Amino acid sequence: MRVKYFAWVRERIGKAEETIEPPAEIRTVGDLIEWLAGRDEASAYAFEKPKVIRAAIDHAHVRQDAAISGAREIAFFPPMTGG
Amino acid sequence: MTAIATIRIQEADFDIAQEIAAMSRDRTDIGAVVSFTGVCRGSENGEPIAALTLEHYPGMAEAEIRRHAEEAMSRWPLSGLTAIHRVGRIAPGENIVLVVTASQHRQAAFQAAEFLMDYLKTSAPFWKREESARGSSWIEARDHDDAAAARWTKS
Repeated sequence: MRVKYFAWVRERIGKAEETIEPPAEIRTVGDLIEWLAGRDEASAYAFEKPKVIRAAIDHAHVRQDAAISGAREIAFFPPMTGG
Repeated sequence: MTAIATIRIQEADFDIAQEIAAMSRDRTDIGAVVSFTGVCRGSENGEPIAALTLEHYPGMAEAEIRRHAEEAMSRWPLSGLTAIHRVGRIAPGENIVLVVTASQHRQAAFQAAEFLMDYLKTSAPFWKREESARGSSWIEARDHDDAAAARWTKS
């Protein structure tokens, strides 16, 4: 699946998007955050406060207990500040 | 007449007068046009800023605004709705966002514009980064914006 990052999440990870293949036991958005954070220092920094991180699956906001199966694109970003 | 929402995300500035005029052009069923313009302030938390840079999530930003625009049109009897959000670098004094709503009577137009702005601030995927003499940093979300959006939730 494709993962996209925005704002300071993108800056901390050091890339705007990537393709990942998480293991089968990673079932929810929260699981995925934990798995991504465990990969390297940059990702650990981006996800150091997981509760702050917002997520979207295929362009719709989701909570961290949402299932990721079937997702084509998952995005992680900070709380929004537009308008 | 079924209302159609116009949603645009663009780097270029917009012409407020032109967008308002377009709303009622060739129509006589509209009695109220309300517009809200969000403008870049020259200071943030008392500190002068040089500019804002707006980042967005292409695809989702349009989808999220459209979803809330359609909800506004289902909740209020609107004749038209336009929402334009700029992205990229924006200097103090420049426009950031425009919402125009039209209806037969003012109440629906006022309420729908406020509803859409409240959701635009809390759920449309845009992020502001400020530039100042001290460097640049991401603007933090405000709790009172969440509270403003929450009051529209149907119980």
